[in-house]
Amino acid sequence: MLEVKDIEVSYDGITNVVDHVSFSIDRPALVGILGPNGAGKSTLIKGMLKLIPSKGELFFRGQPLKKMQKEVAYVEQKSAIDYTFPITVRECVSLGLYPKLRLMQKLTKKHWQQVDAALEKVKMVEYKNRQIGELSGGQFQRVLIARTLVQEASLIFLDEPFVGIDATSEKIIMDILRSFRDEGKMIMIVHHDLGKVDHYFDEIIMMDKKLIAYGPTKETFVQSNIIGTYGAALGLGVL
Amino acid sequence: MISNFINGLVDYEFLQNALVTATVIGIVAGVVGCFIILRGMSLMGDAISHAVLPGVAISYILSINFFVGAIVFGLFASIIITFISNNSKIKSDTAIGITFSSFLALGVILIGVANSSTDLFHILFGNVLAVQDFDKWLTIIVSAIVILVVVIFFKPLLLTSFDPNMAKAFGVKVNAYHYLLMALLTVVAVSAMQSVGTILIVAMLITPAATAYLYTKSLSKMIVLSAFLGAFSSIIGLFIGYSFNIAVGSTIVLTSTSIFLISFLVSPKQIHLRKKVLKA
Repeated sequence: MLEVKDIEVSYDGITNVVDHVSFSIDRPALVGILGPNGAGKSTLIKGMLKLIPSKGELFFRGQPLKKMQKEVAYVEQKSAIDYTFPITVRECVSLGLYPKLRLMQKLTKKHWQQVDAALEKVKMVEYKNRQIGELSGGQFQRVLIARTLVQEASLIFLDEPFVGIDATSEKIIMDILRSFRDEGKMIMIVHHDLGKVDHYFDEIIMMDKKLIAYGPTKETFVQSNIIGTYGAALGLGVL
Repeated sequence: MISNFINGLVDYEFLQNALVTATVIGIVAGVVGCFIILRGMSLMGDAISHAVLPGVAISYILSINFFVGAIVFGLFASIIITFISNNSKIKSDTAIGITFSSFLALGVILIGVANSSTDLFHILFGNVLAVQDFDKWLTIIVSAIVILVVVIFFKPLLLTSFDPNMAKAFGVKVNAYHYLLMALLTVVAVSAMQSVGTILIVAMLITPAATAYLYTKSLSKMIVLSAFLGAFSSIIGLFIGYSFNIAVGSTIVLTSTSIFLISFLVSPKQIHLRKKVLKA
């Protein structure tokens, strides 16, 4: 279903920050990308999506990235998005419809109903006319998830979606991500909280610049791989 | 004083031309300025407006309309700046500083070499009261095209300004929209040269947009308000400049600045921010 071949990213042309990472996942899944700070988790996603110069390729359902880009949704770390931008919650969610719209096509009533339905799902409909800068971190993350909902993408990338958000938002987001998986979508999540790995992910990718291990969480999230990824001190403490 | 200005408008074609040109430039600079400030490219606007100077001089030497040379050099400068920023570890403000000062210096030399009757002072500081019919119509047509382009490409411009990586992920050519915006910025800078001059253009681009930002929650509303404020500043600035016989370019800019300062004190966003700071 998803095949990633030999992703390599280097900023200086000498040292690889992502070093020949390859993996494949053959079922719709919630996939956690795990590793210590500076392991290249976010860079791996950017490299796979060609948001930065990189070598290697990604295939989804047998298609190369270029042929299925409209199927891709990417939610950057919310700290990287301009929180002060003059855009309302409703408009922000409507951006998810843009891949399907023609250049000058206006949003119809039906489109706005779709946007409101997505906001309803993330329990943000009462905030729909607020500017995004007026939201808390968790509320903003829910809005970004609502944007992914209206985009109806099949391959979804989320970079640290649970950082700095409240427990209610985290639960709402996880429920939606699980429903995405149940609809046959693939969701890749950069994640750092090892305490919830078992509970959240069907498959994991463990890396520290190089790939350490990948596969179903139960078989892969084991002490030897944790030590290989994070070092002995952490490895002994987690499990 | 107001009746004197109105009588002048009725009697003198030069004042009518000035009013129309300054208003149109106020509108179009207000529109494009919104994207410039939201993308953190205010310095780029300054750079391009300075970089058009050698183009003006070369246009004079080749006896072609100054629009042509200015646009070529403005675009050339934006390409150089983007290239240096993207292909080295030099930060973009440094690339901007190097490029625009070099272009400005080259422009001053070329104007001297051309022994041009074009008054350098007027290029640097503008002289909207000397705008001819042809330039007025050229400004109107060019501005209409710029606004049309913004309307047509509004969605991708919004998306690539707000979340460029999301746009890139689903296949939008983010760099193409960067250069489109650079082209629009250059065209506006060249148009505004007649009104406020190359030195002060950046104020026409960013001040009305920054003021509009303080009052609005969405980009489309910000653009409309910014265009209105740009036009309003131009009209009031022209009125003050004409009435007191002072440089119109400067009075337009200072009018715009005064509106910003008042807004900075009274706009809802600023009041909200002050309350937050006081609470903290």
